[in-house]
Amino acid sequence: MNTMTAATEIRPLVRQRNLGRQANRFMRRTAVYAVLIGFAAFFLLPLLVMVFASFKDMDAILHSSILALPTHPTLQPWREAWSSACIGTLCVGLRGYYLNTILLVVPAVLISALVGAVNGYALSKFRFRGANLVYGLILFGTFAPYQVMLVPISKMLGLLGLSNGIGGLILLHTLYGLPMTTMFFRNYFMTVPQDLIKAAKVDGAGFWTTFVLIVLPMSTPMIVVTVIWQFTSIWNDFLFGVSFTSGANSPIMVALNNMVSSAAGERPYNIHMAGALLSALPTLVVYLLAGKYFVRGLMAGAVKG
Amino acid sequence: MASLNIRNVEKHYGDLRTLKGINIDVEDGDFLVLLGPSGCGKSTLLSAIAGLAPVSSGEIMIDGVVVNDIESADRDIAMVFQSYALYSTMTVRRNLTFGMRVRGASRQEQDEAVKRVAGVLQLDQLLDRKPSQLSGGQRQRVAMGRAMVRQPKIFLFDEPLSNLDAKLRTDMRAEIKKLHQREQTTTVYVTHDQIEAMTLATRIVVMKGGEVQQIGSPQTIYEQPANLFVARFIGSPSMNCLEGILVAEGPDAVFRGSAQTQSGLRINLGPLTENLKVYLGAKVVLGVRPEWLAYAEQGSAPALIDAVVDVVEPTGSDNFVLVQASGETLMARFAPGVGTPGQRVSLAIDIHKALLFDASTEQRICR
Amino acid sequence: MSPTLSRLHQAADAAPLRRPGKRRWSPAALAVAPTFILVAISVYGFIGWSTVISFTSSKYFPQYDFVGFSQYVRLWESDRWNTSVINLVLFSVGFALISLLLGLIIAIFLDQKIRGESTLRMIYLYPMAISLIVTGIAWKWILNPGTGIEHLLRSWGWESASFNWLVDPKMAVYTLVIAAVWQTAGFVMAIFLAGLRGVDSEIVKAAQLEGAGAFRIYTCIIIPMLRTSMFSAIVILVYQAVRSFDLVVAMTNGGPGYSSDLPTTFMYNSTFLRGQMAQGSASAVMILLVVVVIVVPYLYAEFKHEHNDSSH
Repeated sequence: MNTMTAATEIRPLVRQRNLGRQANRFMRRTAVYAVLIGFAAFFLLPLLVMVFASFKDMDAILHSSILALPTHPTLQPWREAWSSACIGTLCVGLRGYYLNTILLVVPAVLISALVGAVNGYALSKFRFRGANLVYGLILFGTFAPYQVMLVPISKMLGLLGLSNGIGGLILLHTLYGLPMTTMFFRNYFMTVPQDLIKAAKVDGAGFWTTFVLIVLPMSTPMIVVTVIWQFTSIWNDFLFGVSFTSGANSPIMVALNNMVSSAAGERPYNIHMAGALLSALPTLVVYLLAGKYFVRGLMAGAVKG
Repeated sequence: MASLNIRNVEKHYGDLRTLKGINIDVEDGDFLVLLGPSGCGKSTLLSAIAGLAPVSSGEIMIDGVVVNDIESADRDIAMVFQSYALYSTMTVRRNLTFGMRVRGASRQEQDEAVKRVAGVLQLDQLLDRKPSQLSGGQRQRVAMGRAMVRQPKIFLFDEPLSNLDAKLRTDMRAEIKKLHQREQTTTVYVTHDQIEAMTLATRIVVMKGGEVQQIGSPQTIYEQPANLFVARFIGSPSMNCLEGILVAEGPDAVFRGSAQTQSGLRINLGPLTENLKVYLGAKVVLGVRPEWLAYAEQGSAPALIDAVVDVVEPTGSDNFVLVQASGETLMARFAPGVGTPGQRVSLAIDIHKALLFDASTEQRICR
Repeated sequence: MSPTLSRLHQAADAAPLRRPGKRRWSPAALAVAPTFILVAISVYGFIGWSTVISFTSSKYFPQYDFVGFSQYVRLWESDRWNTSVINLVLFSVGFALISLLLGLIIAIFLDQKIRGESTLRMIYLYPMAISLIVTGIAWKWILNPGTGIEHLLRSWGWESASFNWLVDPKMAVYTLVIAAVWQTAGFVMAIFLAGLRGVDSEIVKAAQLEGAGAFRIYTCIIIPMLRTSMFSAIVILVYQAVRSFDLVVAMTNGGPGYSSDLPTTFMYNSTFLRGQMAQGSASAVMILLVVVVIVVPYLYAEFKHEHNDSSH
């Protein structure tokens, strides 16, 4: 067959196929986007529902559906959640508990991050006898379920005179945050070349000098990840709070849960939702601002145990 | 029949033109090598032939049929990738037969194909292993086997030997050449290594900056490069390129080293032809490959250049000698053991082989 | 004598005499020591202590009598505990399977060179930043029979819609699955997405060249390559399931009755609310055992892997 005629005969067939394939591709792309947006809607649903509820008055709560926009939006639920909602027998809103939690989070995050950095540095760059065993034992600490330590902890807090107080919680969160922060930093420092330490040693720098002058300055990304991770998990903690504090000494999640579950009679869902949003706000804001680091922390926690 | 015709192919990425006016005709059974430095467009062109990337304009024809709009899988081609791209969760056998399973071939056809290919490439012992259990050379053979099973019209190779060490590379090169001699399948092979190109190709396409610099047989490309780029790119060690002016001395054309380099070189190029007359007084570049400079005892005829040996690089089979001659540095190839630093030598130039290039257009001047 | 040589001599003279037999502690070991000691006490010491208690008859206060395995026997005869264990299995399986499926699907779709990928990723992952208490409260509200989904569906015209899982003893535990999947599916997606991105694109090209369609490429080539990601995801999911406490408390508080209790809430209730410290400790030890069985092999595999390609 003449190559020219062969070529021209193929053309119209190919053009038809081409158009068909283009339409197919378009349909596929639309389907993909539709599915992804559908899932996004699923994930956004609870947030939306909470926001709507928090701006409705009780009448709207009882009579409109959860997805209905508030027709007469009001800030009252927010005000009440903040300063007058009843949590147990105290009716002073969440404000005080917010403060409690801030007082708790700041020292716990800072100390556990700093000590974790030193540990990670020591465990990744120095071969001393039993280093791997020590790390393994510490690592398991990130997995051990707290249930099996609750009773001894309360005994210990009693002995130290730290029962039922923020001080005790600071101690606990610092202590039990150490395995996690150590793991984060150790894995991070594994990627720093050993030669850097050797070079510093030749220059005369010892363990601590190298740490402060060389290693710490280059660990900013990991410090951010660790701080964000610790902040989120300590702010969101419930188990330690509910086991070891009560009443006015509790952190925010305990207070929130009390507020929601202790309500009797007609439940003020709008206040509950506003309270929930208030409680979630700090971690959400951190996530929005530094989500990239948050994800890195997630993956660091996941991929390497 | 498996011819390949590339007509006026262009490829643009926005303002960037990665392929400019490519025209290549490949005949059935040819082993065409696309040779050039990184970024010259050779891999882009290969992807276009494979159908993995579209062209902006122009036509690609396989066996006379325009395949621009035909899917890769339907072009009847097979490709060996630089990273081999073996299916890591499948055994060698399943890697080889994957395409056949997709096309719905019978179990019997699959077994026959595996037997044939495994025999040729010596994969029989490896059929039940996974890629992670194979060495680099073995993986390469599996990748080739996967392509062969297809019995395609055209084989495409994308720098398949770059990930191998030197010894393995030489061995695999011989394998590929043997394969081509046996199967005679039309092949397009991409590489940046000019030795691979020279040893494997029936025809070489030298590319630079998205354009074809020259198409020709290895010998042609070597002895008659179309321009300075090709002349320098091919040949190791590379060609000596001397800048100077063409003057006439009596009936002869003479190359004089340029005043800028303070070169006192004066080389008689033979009779002044009509072609050369045009270039009298113009800046030219004289290209002389190291093996076209022969060693002669000092003072013997027909010596042309007096030189002093600077550095000697023995390779065992040759001595590559750097000499200083009238202010110019030249690389010459001597017999092993010949030449010591500081020695005065005479060099005879094979004038018939020497090449002349226009200094401004960089094109070769035909004498 | 040259100056450098004499400096070496000086350094040699100045070096303290090494007393044979006295080992010098590496500063690194000293630095880690405090943490190690603290962890040894607060994790392993406490685990030991709790285990001891589980062999006693402690009720409101620790009592150091030894009663053998009777607490464990009582535990496994307890209807409430058995319910919580069954719930844990149901919850874990449902939670893990659905999260895996959802995570995988979203990851595959998201890997298709989507515009706005980073925004979508943000949306899928934000639940991880939210406390499980808040999640529980939100979903309790959404699944509330009367004001939640049921009401919504009815207002949209589906008159006979009914969704009362929250108050149905047989279905309450599944409401936990829904909330937990919502919280964690994004994370699973992130794991799979990272795995997908690690697949060599030339492999996909090779498969396309051989005529394989998208579905086949995913099922025969890409998904088998995601084995490691899948393994990581499963371990993490099951681990999260076993640890779940906050979610249960906020959403159902084990109810109705104790039909949606999990071992963790059982432990808390026994120990702190019902004065059954030894029972609580026994249940805690059981929880620990489950975690050990899941996690230790995983850690061991990771460690070995690291050792194999360690270049130190």
